[in-house]
Amino acid sequence: MKRLLTSLLKPFKATTGMGRWLLIIGLVIVAFFVVLALFAEWIAPYGFSQVDTKVNGRRVRFPKLSAPSAEHLFGVNDQFYDILSRCIYGARTAILVVLLSVLLSLVIGVVLGLVSGYLGGWLDRVLVFVMDAMYAFPSLLLAIVFSFLLSGLLGGSGIVSAAMSLTVIYIPQYYRVVRNQTVSVREATYVEAARAIGASSPTIMSRYLFGNVIQSVPVVGTLNAADAISTLAALGFLGLGIQPGDAAEWGYDLSRALDDAASGIWWTGVFPGLSIVLLVTGLTLIGEGLNETVNPTLRKRKFAKIVMPKLEPVEGSTK
Amino acid sequence: MTQTVLDVENLKIHFHLRGSGLSRLLGKEGGVVKAVDDITIELQRGEVLGLVGESGSGKTTLGRAVLGLVPTTSGSIEYTSSDSGEAVDISKLKGKALRKQRTELQMVFQDPNAALNPSMTIETQVGHPLVVHGRAKGEELKRKVADVLERVGLSPAEQFMSKYPSDLSGGQKQRAVIARAIILEPEVLVADEPVSMLDMSVRAKILQLMLNLKNDLGLTYIYITHDLATAKFFCDRVAIMYLGKIVEIGPTAEIFAHPRHPYTQALLKAIPDVDPTKLVPRDLPRGEIPDAARPPRGCSFHPRCPLAKAECGWEPRDLKSLVEEHWTRVPVDEFEHESMVVGGLVELNTDAGSVKVQPTKGGTVDEIWAMFTRIKEENPNEPLWTGVTRMEKVADGVEFDFAEPAEIFLHPAGESEVACVRY
Repeated sequence: MKRLLTSLLKPFKATTGMGRWLLIIGLVIVAFFVVLALFAEWIAPYGFSQVDTKVNGRRVRFPKLSAPSAEHLFGVNDQFYDILSRCIYGARTAILVVLLSVLLSLVIGVVLGLVSGYLGGWLDRVLVFVMDAMYAFPSLLLAIVFSFLLSGLLGGSGIVSAAMSLTVIYIPQYYRVVRNQTVSVREATYVEAARAIGASSPTIMSRYLFGNVIQSVPVVGTLNAADAISTLAALGFLGLGIQPGDAAEWGYDLSRALDDAASGIWWTGVFPGLSIVLLVTGLTLIGEGLNETVNPTLRKRKFAKIVMPKLEPVEGSTK
Repeated sequence: MTQTVLDVENLKIHFHLRGSGLSRLLGKEGGVVKAVDDITIELQRGEVLGLVGESGSGKTTLGRAVLGLVPTTSGSIEYTSSDSGEAVDISKLKGKALRKQRTELQMVFQDPNAALNPSMTIETQVGHPLVVHGRAKGEELKRKVADVLERVGLSPAEQFMSKYPSDLSGGQKQRAVIARAIILEPEVLVADEPVSMLDMSVRAKILQLMLNLKNDLGLTYIYITHDLATAKFFCDRVAIMYLGKIVEIGPTAEIFAHPRHPYTQALLKAIPDVDPTKLVPRDLPRGEIPDAARPPRGCSFHPRCPLAKAECGWEPRDLKSLVEEHWTRVPVDEFEHESMVVGGLVELNTDAGSVKVQPTKGGTVDEIWAMFTRIKEENPNEPLWTGVTRMEKVADGVEFDFAEPAEIFLHPAGESEVACVRY
């Protein structure tokens, strides 16, 4: 337990200067959104698909497109939704989708990369070819295609299918990083030593390669998470992502606000947009901060300041 | 009583070269490196056999092949277990059977800094062989690891068990590597230059440790090294390797007292002496170890051999290096003139029995003839000329014929065996 904690804190301790500040600011921003996501029910004034309140026993609709006020801090949009509540619940959707997609693509990508890098041969050739082909597509295009396919397969367009369509586009990144690391580590003496003691290939991969090839995966993960937020929003913006009844989604809200911008109604667009930008920034900062810690070519070491002892005149010396 | 534990017969390990990207696209065949070329060797139970040679002589490949870490091209490696008395051919084993065989044969690696997994504690890695083969777990595993760590001199064991390799010094790491190798109680230990990465003060201690382990556990060693001084101290028998072949093999005392092969003699002369009045001898082998992908004709050592004779396998490539060597000594304008006359000498880049050197556009046959005559007169004692049976001026160039190489194989000579035409 203690070891786990120290290993988690290690990148934090090892960072210095710029890298540490990037990491701290990023962590604060992301932590803020995580809190919003976890406690959305208690923080948000209304539900994400709520369009009316009970006043004196009567259902009263929210005032359509009303400007920010005491009742609706961020205003109301054209579908009678309270924008503040949509923003808070949107954090839950975004984080859930991103967590799911990053975890899935990480697991699949790392395992495929290890196996293909270690075993090599035709499996490696085929996988490299497929992954490169996937990598060559613009990620949004790929996400659109997969969300079409998956919504047909899974039925409906919920959080899971959105997460899966993002998963597909991020697998190649983990695969490449891990596969290339594995190829270079595969020839290391300690891997040969593992073969010499009679370890089987699965044992070598899990005990000898895994721990030595995943250093840069957390960096890729956080940067992917940032990218996933914007891709998810783009899908929602195009109306392909999560539908407004299923969950609150910033991209969808942004697309609804498109017409309002021309008529001077700024609050419908600014707040969801700001949420996207903030979360993406937070995740990117974490990624960059981590990168500066993990990547030795970017790492700068602090030099201790050299303090010379004061010269004291030696007694009896002539000069 | 001697008992054969390992019987290597006619072992060949050839690696295919893949050539450059362009030649691969054009479907050209890459060359073949004969890392181990037709080696027959026997290992008796309880002995220490030294494999000595320069870098690239194939000694490490041979050692790795014994463990089944390198696929063999042909030949057999027969291992006889002391328990069952059954013989198995390691070079034919695969998968699970090969992995199981590894409990009997283990390896100590050259670089202790690279041979330990940086992300595993010493306890886990030293005990891992037992876990892999399902020999022990839990408390028993921990006890066994502690025992073996104490045995190799990492004591108190508790102090080292939770450490990572980066926390240990080079000597301590090598002790951990040895501990990992002996925890399975193997019969044969292949030690690939186990002390060459360690500093002098630690070397003797590690070698002494290995000798103690041999006596305590009844181990048989294959000791791979380029360092004759440690081989003298450590080995019962020594095999000198050169370009994938054994050139001389015999009891250590015999090899050191009566080195027979010119290569062995040269290696022995190259051992530095602490006597400051003694100079390094001048007749060390000239040049570098040749390209293993295109080994010399006949005896591989002949281009560097001070005692080479006509039948050693002289060839056009030797003539080319002779001309190039000559060019390093002459004045610049003479070199420019001569190289203009003969060009790059690409026609000499072959190991054929005869060759013709043709002049370039700016040169004549007479000028070439004059050049070769001059080179020959410069040093008529050069052993190469004994191998040139004919040097003749013809209409469009100068023709050379080389003597047929004699067949080289290990002859018994005294107490050892030597592969040289002189015996």
